[in-house]
Amino acid sequence: MSYIAIADRDREEDMHHPKSWFTTYIWSQDHKVIAIQYAMTAIFVGVIALLHSGMMRLQLGFPESFSFIAPEDYYQFITMHGMIMVIYLLTALFLGGFGNYLIPLMCGARDMVFPFLNMLSYWVYLLAVIILLASFFVPGGPTGAGWTLYPPQAILPGTPGATWGILLMLLSLVVFIVAFTMGGLNYVTTVLQARCRGMTLMRMPLSVWGIFTATVLGLLAFPALLVSGIMMTLDSTLGTSFFMPAILSMGEVSKTEGGSPVLFQHLFWFFGHPEVYIVALPAFGIVSDVLATHARKNIFGYRMMVWAILAIGGLSFVVWAHHMYVSGMNPYFGFFFATTTLIIAVPTAIKVYNWVLTLWRGNIHLTVPMLFAIGFIFTFVHGGLTGLFLGNVVVDLPLSDTYFVVGHFHMVMGVSPVLVVFAAIYHWYPKITGRMFNNTLGKWHFGLTFLGTYSIYLPMHYLGILGVPRRYFAMGSTDFIPESAQVMNAGITISALIVAVVQILFFFNMIWSLRAGKKADSNPWRATTLEWQTPQTPPGHGNWGPNLPEVHRWAYDYSVPGAAEDFIPQNMPPDATHTTVDDHARARDQADEHAESAVGDELFGEDE
Amino acid sequence: MPWQQPGLPEEGAQTGEFSSSAKKVALIMFLAVVTSIFFLFFMAYIQRMKLFDWYPLEEPFLLWINTAFLVLASIAMQRASRIVALDEGSFGVALMAGGIFAVAFLAGQYFAWEELRAGGFYAASNPANAFFYLLTAMHGIHLLGGLYVWARTAWSSKNGVNRQEISQSVELCSVYWHYLLVLWLVLFALMLNT
Repeated sequence: MSYIAIADRDREEDMHHPKSWFTTYIWSQDHKVIAIQYAMTAIFVGVIALLHSGMMRLQLGFPESFSFIAPEDYYQFITMHGMIMVIYLLTALFLGGFGNYLIPLMCGARDMVFPFLNMLSYWVYLLAVIILLASFFVPGGPTGAGWTLYPPQAILPGTPGATWGILLMLLSLVVFIVAFTMGGLNYVTTVLQARCRGMTLMRMPLSVWGIFTATVLGLLAFPALLVSGIMMTLDSTLGTSFFMPAILSMGEVSKTEGGSPVLFQHLFWFFGHPEVYIVALPAFGIVSDVLATHARKNIFGYRMMVWAILAIGGLSFVVWAHHMYVSGMNPYFGFFFATTTLIIAVPTAIKVYNWVLTLWRGNIHLTVPMLFAIGFIFTFVHGGLTGLFLGNVVVDLPLSDTYFVVGHFHMVMGVSPVLVVFAAIYHWYPKITGRMFNNTLGKWHFGLTFLGTYSIYLPMHYLGILGVPRRYFAMGSTDFIPESAQVMNAGITISALIVAVVQILFFFNMIWSLRAGKKADSNPWRATTLEWQTPQTPPGHGNWGPNLPEVHRWAYDYSVPGAAEDFIPQNMPPDATHTTVDDHARARDQADEHAESAVGDELFGEDE
Repeated sequence: MPWQQPGLPEEGAQTGEFSSSAKKVALIMFLAVVTSIFFLFFMAYIQRMKLFDWYPLEEPFLLWINTAFLVLASIAMQRASRIVALDEGSFGVALMAGGIFAVAFLAGQYFAWEELRAGGFYAASNPANAFFYLLTAMHGIHLLGGLYVWARTAWSSKNGVNRQEISQSVELCSVYWHYLLVLWLVLFALMLNT
C-alpha cells in the first residue's frame, strides 16, 4: 500500500497531492489539516462544557435565584462538564490536535505513517462527539451520574439519564477509544519509525517526548475504560451483574445480586489516573519547549527531563487507588498507594526545578506564550502541592468529597493544562496560520485568565477545609458551614463568569488575526526545532519541499558561545554555525534549486 | 550528551528505530493494546469470581473442537507466511486454509453459544455465564477484524499486487493469528479451571 512510504519519502514529487477542495480541507489525510479539525472540534465541545460550568456556578453562587436550573440539570451539567473537559477536550486537543500537528513536523517526517488511518481517527472521534451530544436530545437527557459514572447509581432509576443518557455516554466513550487507538498507533509508530536522518531519540524536542509517552499511556490505559464501559453496558441492558449488587431501589428489590461496585472503581481509576498524565505529559513537554525558546536558553537537564517523563508515565499505573481511600479498602492498600503517590512527586518535582532553572539567568522575553508557560509553573506547583495533601490517607479522609478536592484537581489538571493549551496555541499560531496574533489582546487574555482562575480555585480550598461538600445542588441548612461560605461562593461565581467572558478576547484575537494579523515570517520566535525551518509558512503538503531535513544537533542550542546568532536550528550543520540562519537558508535553497534542475535535466535527457 | 556532538550520526549508527517495517511496529503496538484489554478482563474475572454468587460454568465439549480449528488455522497461516518468505511458490492454498479454519472456529463458537442458551445458561443468570459470553465475543470480534485483513490480503494476492507487500501482509496475518491462538488458549484455560 502506498501510504507507508509517504512519511519516509525523500522526494516531494513522489507524493500524491490532494486534488480537490474537498480532499484538501475536509476529507484530508494531511496531518496538519487533521490536527486543525481535531482542535476545532475539541474546542467546540470544550465551550459547551464551559457553559455547563457557568450554569453550575450560577446555582452555587446564587441558590434559589435561577428557577430554570433543576437538581437533575445540575447533575447533568457536572457530569458532562467533567467528561467533556477531560476526554473530549484535553485528551483530544493535546494528542489529536498538537500531537498530529507537531509530531511529523518536529520529527522531520512528511506526514504520519498511516495518513488514511489518521483521517479515520478524526472522523470516528467526531462520531463519538456527536453521540455524546445526542444524549442532550433523548428522553431523560444526558447522564447525571458524575464523570466517574459509578455504578450502581449510574444505571438505577432516580439518577438523571439512567436509561438513554448513560448508554449514549458509554457508547460514545467506546467510539472515542476506537478513534484514539487509531490515532495513537499512528503517533507512536511515526515517532519510532519516521524520524528524519540525524533525529535520534535523544535529540527529539520534549514536546514530542511528552506526546509520545502520553500516547503510550493512553493506549494502555483506555482499555480499562473500555472494559468497564462494556461491562456496565451489559449490566444496564442485559441485566448481568458484573457491578450490580443486590439492591433495594425505590421499594423494589433488584434482580441483580453479588456484583461488585468497587471492581468498577478499580477499573475506572486504572484508566482515570493515567488519564491525568495523558493530559499532563504533553503539557510538560510543550512548556519545556516554550520556556527554552522564549528564555533563549537550553532546557536545564534535558536527559533528566526525558527520564522524568518516562518515570512519571510508568508510575502513573501504580497509584490509581489513591482515588479510592474512602471506598473501604484494606488499610495496607491505602498505605501502598500513598507511598507510590508520594514517589511520583519526585520526578514531577525534578521537572518543576528544571523549568525554573531553565529560566534562571535566561534572556527572558515576556511574550504571550511565555506568560502562559510561566503561569503554568505557578498553577501546577500549587495543584501539585495540594495533591501531596490528598495523597496521604489520613489527610484525604476528612477532605474527601469536599471543595478542597475540586480546587486541587482543577488547579492541577484543569487550569494548568489549559494554560499550556493557550501557550501552545499562541506559540505555534504564526506557523499554523502564517499570521501574528495581537499581542496586547493576548496579554490581557493572559492576565485576566491567570488572576481570574486563581480567584476561582484558591477560595475553594478554604471552602473544602470548612467541610463544604462537593456535588451538592444546594447546601440547605447546614450548621457547620458559616454564612461567609456562601459569600465566598458568590465571589467564586462572579470570578468564574468573568473568566468565561474573557475567553472571548482569545477567540476574537484568533479569528481577527487570521485576516488582519501581521504576516509572520517562518521563524518569528527564532526557535531551533524543525517545525520552524519549513520552506513554507504555513507548511505545505509534505512539509519539507524537495528534500527531507537532516538533523545535526539537539533541540536546545540557544545562546551558544561563538555562534553568529543566539539560536542554532537543529538542521544547521556544525560547520555553518558562524553564518547567520538566513544565509544558511539561502544557501540551502540554492542547493535545492540546483538539485531540482539537475533532476529535471536528467529526466529531460531520458525522455529524449 | 546530546549537546556535545553536533553532526549526523554515522551510517548504520543506532538511532532508535526498529529494523521492522512501520506496519509491523504498529501491529505489535496494537497487540499490546489488546493484551491490556484482555488482561483487565481477566483481572475483573478473577475478582468477580471470588464473590458468593458465582456458579462455575460447564464448558461445552465443542470448545475443544473449536480449539483444534484455531490451532489448524495458525499452522496454515504459518505455512503461508513461510512459503512467501522463502519464495517457495504458491501460498494460496495455505492462506485460504488459514482463513477457513478461523471461520470454522467462529462458527463453532456460535454453536457453543447456542448450546449453552438451549441449556438455560443465560448471561443474566450468573456472572460466570456472562463472562463466558463476553470474553468469547470479544475474542471473536478481534478474530473478525483479522479476517477482514485476511480477505483483503487474499484479494490483493489474487489480483497481483506486488509480492513484497503481500508477503508482509501474510506475515502480519500469521503473527496476529498466533497471538489470537495464544489468547484463546489462556482464556480457555482460565474458564476451564474456574
